[in-house]
Amino acid sequence: MNSQGRPTRPETAQAAARKTFTGNRALDMEEALIFETGRFDASGVDVDDPEPFASRLGPTASAGAPELPGLTEPEAVRHYVRLSRDNYSIDAGLYPLGSCTMKHNPRLNEKMARLPGFSDVHPLQPVSTAQGALAVIEALAAALMTMTGMSAIAMSPKAGAHGELCGMMTIKAAIEARGEVATRRVVLVPDSAHGTNPATAALIGFSVRPVPAGDEGDVSVEAVKSALAPDVAAIMLTNPNTCGLFERQIVGIAEAVREAGAYFYCDGANFNAIVGKTRPGDLGVDAMHINLHKTFSTPHGGGGPGAGPVALSSRLAPFAPVPFVTREGDRLRLVEHAAGTESFGRMSAFHGQMGMFVRALSFILSHGADGLRQASEDAVLSANYIRASLADVMSAPFGERACMHEALFDDRWLKDTGLSTLDFAKAMIDEGFHPMTVYFPLIVHGAMLIEPTESESKASLDRFIMTLRDLAFAAKAGDRERFTSAPIHAPRRRLDETRAARQPVLRWTRPRPA
Amino acid sequence: MAEIRYTKDHEYIRIDGAEGVVGISDHAQQQLGDVVFAETPPLGKTLKAGEPAAVVESVKAASDVFAPVSGEVVAVNADVEKTPGIINEDALGRGWLFRIRIADLSELAALMDEAAYAAYLETQA
Amino acid sequence: MRYLPLDAAERQAMLARIGVPDVEALFADIPADKRIGGLIDLPLAKSEMAVERTMSAMAARSVAAGSAPFFLGAGAYKRHIPASVDHLIQRSEFLTSYTPYQPEIAQGTLKVLFEFQTQVATLTGMEVANASMYDGSTACAEAMMMAHRLTKRGKAVLSGGLHPQYADVAETLARLAGETVVRLPPDVRASEDIAAAMDDETSCVVVQSPDFFGNPRDLAPIADAAHARGALLVAVFTDPVSLGALRSPGEMDADIVVGEGQGIGNALSFGGPYLGLFSTRLKFVRQMPGRLAGETVDADGRRSFVLTLSTREQHIRREKATSNICTNSALCALAFSIHLALLGGVGLRRLANLNHANAVQLADRLSAVPGVEIVNACFFNEFTLRTPRPAADVIEALARRGVIGGLPVSRLLPQAGLDDCIVVASTEVNSDDDRSAYAKALAECLR
Repeated sequence: MNSQGRPTRPETAQAAARKTFTGNRALDMEEALIFETGRFDASGVDVDDPEPFASRLGPTASAGAPELPGLTEPEAVRHYVRLSRDNYSIDAGLYPLGSCTMKHNPRLNEKMARLPGFSDVHPLQPVSTAQGALAVIEALAAALMTMTGMSAIAMSPKAGAHGELCGMMTIKAAIEARGEVATRRVVLVPDSAHGTNPATAALIGFSVRPVPAGDEGDVSVEAVKSALAPDVAAIMLTNPNTCGLFERQIVGIAEAVREAGAYFYCDGANFNAIVGKTRPGDLGVDAMHINLHKTFSTPHGGGGPGAGPVALSSRLAPFAPVPFVTREGDRLRLVEHAAGTESFGRMSAFHGQMGMFVRALSFILSHGADGLRQASEDAVLSANYIRASLADVMSAPFGERACMHEALFDDRWLKDTGLSTLDFAKAMIDEGFHPMTVYFPLIVHGAMLIEPTESESKASLDRFIMTLRDLAFAAKAGDRERFTSAPIHAPRRRLDETRAARQPVLRWTRPRPA
Repeated sequence: MAEIRYTKDHEYIRIDGAEGVVGISDHAQQQLGDVVFAETPPLGKTLKAGEPAAVVESVKAASDVFAPVSGEVVAVNADVEKTPGIINEDALGRGWLFRIRIADLSELAALMDEAAYAAYLETQA
Repeated sequence: MRYLPLDAAERQAMLARIGVPDVEALFADIPADKRIGGLIDLPLAKSEMAVERTMSAMAARSVAAGSAPFFLGAGAYKRHIPASVDHLIQRSEFLTSYTPYQPEIAQGTLKVLFEFQTQVATLTGMEVANASMYDGSTACAEAMMMAHRLTKRGKAVLSGGLHPQYADVAETLARLAGETVVRLPPDVRASEDIAAAMDDETSCVVVQSPDFFGNPRDLAPIADAAHARGALLVAVFTDPVSLGALRSPGEMDADIVVGEGQGIGNALSFGGPYLGLFSTRLKFVRQMPGRLAGETVDADGRRSFVLTLSTREQHIRREKATSNICTNSALCALAFSIHLALLGGVGLRRLANLNHANAVQLADRLSAVPGVEIVNACFFNEFTLRTPRPAADVIEALARRGVIGGLPVSRLLPQAGLDDCIVVASTEVNSDDDRSAYAKALAECLR
């Protein structure tokens, strides 16, 4: 039951600003869809026509061109440039999104990814012609193994959730190999877990048994031991957890899980807090995915692509999926078939997110061991700086306990204002900030999770802190309108999400003639 | 006036002889927010008390609706699939979800009457 | 360090406000015996120049597709991408923005996704498309799971013309999820009787067209056979440009269409990041995985776009979600959308025609080489040829002569008895000189 009742319809608009003929507001321009402005008989690509020839397409040849508009280059550039300007981005401002690690995306990474020896290589070229590409995979895997202290890395998963699937499939294969797949059908997952965790477990036939966190935000060994039974295949824990706290009993939990014959999956989304400070392998983790688009700076691109390589312990390594890179002297080889190995199979075609590997390797080489440790320390320092700077105006569910790379607040401090976490978040937009992560983790009411990352200057952090303090004071002083009408300066005001779901319009359709 | 009973999961059953009309309570609809989708059980399905029978979704949440009692589904409300908003407007009336032929009337005794449900809501606040 | 703005004095000031003596105090929750004392065993930080030097040296050890006569497809295609595409996707607001969960400041991304969904639905002849999956192979596996949910059956039949790695992925997921897959043997000449492989427990048949060996398939009779059994047709494609020359899967009555979008707008990039395209009938939309952008209005009544029908997804449904997918391939979808917007439908058709023309010319040149047989009666831009020598050896020999000649089928299907088969692709990038080089080198290899 959604007991946090967030409104999904906006309140009625205040008097709008003076209207213009175009609907534009100087540099903030309205732009129609390509289906409305483009011509259906035009093209912006000059394609040479071949000499006439006899078609060999056969009976399923189509009769005409697909009904899609074409734009010349000037029209296309203008269209997409205008659209881009309605987007916030990390290049433009701080994203305090907890769990997302929105750090700066170094442009060197983009330059490296575009080297033809990386970008213009086909995955199925003869391996002798792709040694440089395989070298990147080998080098990145080695660096990740050093950072995690684990035995092997499965490089092929295409995103964090895909990495979770890989890790859980590896665990299921290991259990199968022990002959226990029929009995071990349960996965322990804390209520605070990211939704992908239980979704992943359910996808491959496990049922989910919740494990509660304690009053101080940690999962206790006792709670895990109460939930452990011969039917448990694995536990999925995030560390640091989704409340931004290091799981203090993780070593004891790992031991208890191992003694019970189960496996420890660690969601590595928050790895940015601990790179160079501790190794997940040393804590007893069996499998951990790493989000290259979080910890290792590959750009979010409006929602993806990401990459989710999975670090594996020695007892899981034999079951890793294909393909993987091996070395024979000075030649690199690709093992592409599971037959004859204990590998559980294949997670996707080809070899993984090479473009993201190049970017992540460039990031790691740039930072080095010293830079990586500094980055983790600065990330944790900045989050605690924000926590300490807001502790007198906003309520935190775990009191004054130091956080790791993200600071968690709840909505108790908004109690007498009549305002919700959502209202507070929307008011941040007018101040030029993307809101923090809201309503996650689910176990905290009206959660606000703030992760600044190590990329923010102190000036930027101070500006953010002062803005949140100003908003908090305004909320407590009863200035409701600043929040309930927000955002008023963004390209759009609050959207009618109810209508979008009740009357789904999921594509443009040509209007019927009147 | 037909008797109405409530479950701890905020379903109601309005008793009509050997049958009952099932929906979600007004409190539930308020908590969910604007309902955008409702899925009723198939006609003829046999349900056990406590089994997920229907689904009600808002923009931000999806809720299972559990069968308050065991029985066979004898009618479903086609209107909620077309205009799910009637669940918000009139959860106890036009926003009904399905009608069930009650297999064991004694199961009703385990449910709360109107006064007990109101008291239960107080404890939840 | 160039990416870390805080300086020593600032760090001290921040520690003072927090009220701890040093940053180690903030890591006190890590058990003492598990804390790393010094530095991990990696080299120290490098300047941009040093990183470039290291990585350029690695890049130089691969042969770039554009540097040689290049005839390899098999699921990823060398395309000429207009210069403006890469320029536009590198705009900060597209490259470095987050998922559009705050729609008021993400209308750029949302509008692009709405346009992309429309383009994909139109191209595939379906009613609705999602905002992308990871790639064609995982989209195919997800389509199979969707068919299971819709039909409440658990057995998928995979055509022998399906890309072998797509079939491997589907088999892996099915096995670990407790479902069944019937995988028909490799079907080089598109002669399989897929209808005969269906029964009343079949949830879907998965058919690729053009298939892995290059044969375009008539999906309509297969759709009829599936529907007669209460099953669904999942249609698969690996080169979206093929949809500029062939009838769409939707026109041939497919229920779910999935494919690889890399061939429009996206570089080869050694296999990733790619772009899964996914479309279906409107009545199935609630079982479709992935994000969806939808149209609505804002508080001022202006047309706006927002992620919608989110209750299908993991962040709400958790263990009852249609999929566990969260991050998708949005930037690759943007590149696809821009390239396709530049092409337009007429440009796509001309591009497809040029692809086909080049493939026809190539087929004629190669079949003139003694001992070489082209297997396909029909093809789009890819076909299978048989050689008198083992294909893997031929391909290596061609590579030594500076020609990337295609895929030896035995690399993906080692036990299929197809060791003499090469899958050869020809796109718009190939010139007459390329074709001459290939024919000449092939003749030499086979002498």
